Amino acid sequence: MRRLTPYLLALPSWMWLAIFLVVPMVAMASVSLQTGNAIDGFAMTFSFSNYSDALGRYSTQLLRSLLYGGMATAAMLVIGYPVAYWIAFKGGRRKSMYLFLILLPFFVSFVLRTISWNFLLSDNGILFGTLKGWGLLPDDFHVLATAFAVVGGLTYNFLPFMILPIYVALERVDPRVVEAAQDLYATRAAAFRRVVLPLSLPGVFAGVLMTFVPATADPINAAILGGTANTMIGNIIQTEYLTNLNYPTASALSFTLMAVLLVGIFVYARALGTENVLEAAAR
Amino acid sequence: MTSAIELDDVVKEYLSHGEVVQAVKGVSLDIAEGEFFSLLGPSGCGKTTTMRMIAGFEAPTKGLVKLHGQDVTNVPPNKRDVNMVFQSYALFPHMSVWDNVAFGLKQRKTPQDEIRRRVGEMLEIVDLAGREKRRPREMSGGQQQRVALARALVNRPRALLLDEPLGALDLKLRQAMQIELKRIQREVGITFVYVTHDQNEALTMSDRIAVMNDGLVEQLAGPREIYERPATAFVAGFIGTSNLLTGAATGGTLKISGGRVMVPGQDGDVTVTVRPEKITIGTEEPAAGLSAVRGTVAEVVYLGTYNSYAVSLADGAEITVFQQNAHDATATAERGDSVWLSWQAQHSYVIGS
Ligand SMILES: Nc1ncnc2c1ncn2[C@@H]1O[C@H](COP(=O)(O)OP(=O)(O)OP(=O)(O)O)[C@@H](O)[C@H]1O
Ligand SMILES: [Mg+2]
Repeated sequence: MRRLTPYLLALPSWMWLAIFLVVPMVAMASVSLQTGNAIDGFAMTFSFSNYSDALGRYSTQLLRSLLYGGMATAAMLVIGYPVAYWIAFKGGRRKSMYLFLILLPFFVSFVLRTISWNFLLSDNGILFGTLKGWGLLPDDFHVLATAFAVVGGLTYNFLPFMILPIYVALERVDPRVVEAAQDLYATRAAAFRRVVLPLSLPGVFAGVLMTFVPATADPINAAILGGTANTMIGNIIQTEYLTNLNYPTASALSFTLMAVLLVGIFVYARALGTENVLEAAAR
Repeated sequence: MTSAIELDDVVKEYLSHGEVVQAVKGVSLDIAEGEFFSLLGPSGCGKTTTMRMIAGFEAPTKGLVKLHGQDVTNVPPNKRDVNMVFQSYALFPHMSVWDNVAFGLKQRKTPQDEIRRRVGEMLEIVDLAGREKRRPREMSGGQQQRVALARALVNRPRALLLDEPLGALDLKLRQAMQIELKRIQREVGITFVYVTHDQNEALTMSDRIAVMNDGLVEQLAGPREIYERPATAFVAGFIGTSNLLTGAATGGTLKISGGRVMVPGQDGDVTVTVRPEKITIGTEEPAAGLSAVRGTVAEVVYLGTYNSYAVSLADGAEITVFQQNAHDATATAERGDSVWLSWQAQHSYVIGS
């Protein structure tokens, strides 16, 4: 009995995964190979051309999504690492308060937060409208409906998912180890490069995973801040599914995106997540 | 001899929950080059804080730190020619043993082949050759300790600071490492500043000892002096076992409950310490001129090489006596026996108050 206990305890989560992940995935995989239309119904024809057709039509959006997701992730890393570092090493007794502030935006819904950025950045809104009124900005200046707005929105929305794992990794670094490096003639910069940074890489790895995947797949930011010229793959999937009722194409695109992300993660894990990298960083 | 490390009236205050805590309250030390110098004291007395100021991790609130004659009070740790072996080792967890030991040399841009030679030699000395690819977490406490030692020593610093380096080891390994450390120190000839709260360790290894208590140095002297002539009641109590007798002396004699203590040349209130091994236990009344006290044996403990007696006096005070098992293992006195204790006048050591 006792030996079974761990399995019994894990059973609910396995059931959950089976019902809400595996079943819909199998269903979607099957739909992605069907043909037909919403009125007459779909039939399984093992039509792998669904994939090539979808890719042919939407490769621009797919590449754009990867680009925007990558840019947003890079921006989050550049902004988030110093914040995590500061909280972990200089936060003192107020650490938990700073962490709470980082999480504060989550108390407002994701869509609402993005819409408020739309308000803020709109061409003649409170910010740019006022500045234009004062003659500080040219009349045709705009941020909304540009790649900058979409990447900025993604960066803003997913930033906490970058900060938190890096913070956790940095928080675990023993300050004595950093002192030991300085005692052994390392400057502050060298101590960071040789000791702090390598020890925080697992957090960076987790942070990049937790932001790149959802940012690449996200439809909300492009829809609200991107206008018509910055459509991402998430928007296409949504439109195909909800507006065009073209379930096979939507499913094929979803699977393609998933495959691309999985391959990317795998390559990335091989390159960064292993001990080899830590060892290399130690040289 | 030139001095390697000088502390000039150093004070360190911390602000903790809005309150000022004085961890070090004014310490002056002058440590000679090549000396094995120990800081000894109970937990929380400021040993680590003192070391951290020498290494440069903490700036003193007041006072000066000098290394080899130069004022380094405001010099960062990476520019000080001293290395520290941390209380918790603080090895780099993501590096192999080899990379840990080579770290300092690499930072100093030592040529590759010299790094290879010196790290190899050092690992040989600390008996870790063949384990250079291991990670710290794959090593035992004793091995980690030796890595920490090698990592500091390989740089040939002019002074090595060791903060309770043997604290985590079991007794056997600790004794072996004590001998090893002493041998290494003799061989490389560099100044060792050694922090410990183990009095035996300090007594056996050091050239000189600073006994610290509550942020201050109570006594600074050689091991023999510290043991035989403790400067304060705290030192007498902290180092070894010691009997403290107090009272008013008249004409060189201190009258206590059940006897007399000879304190030549003393008058007025005095505090006297007597080491347990200096006291003779017997049934006959001691000769005049010796200190002599009557009491009842309250406890006899057999300790192998010697017996320990607790003898209670008429007023309830207790005196501890050690007697060597030189001839036979039977105790001189049993529990409940009425006995005479005696010792020579020179063994009553009057503590300066
Ligand atoms: N960063 C700090 N902030 C506040 N108080 C501190 C700090 N560091 C040390 N102290 C206090 O200073 C005193 C001396 O500490 P220190 O670490 O020097 O003791 P120690 O002699 O090394 O003790 P141990 O033998 O336990 O290592 C202690 O009372 C400690 O609580
Ligand atoms: Mg300490």
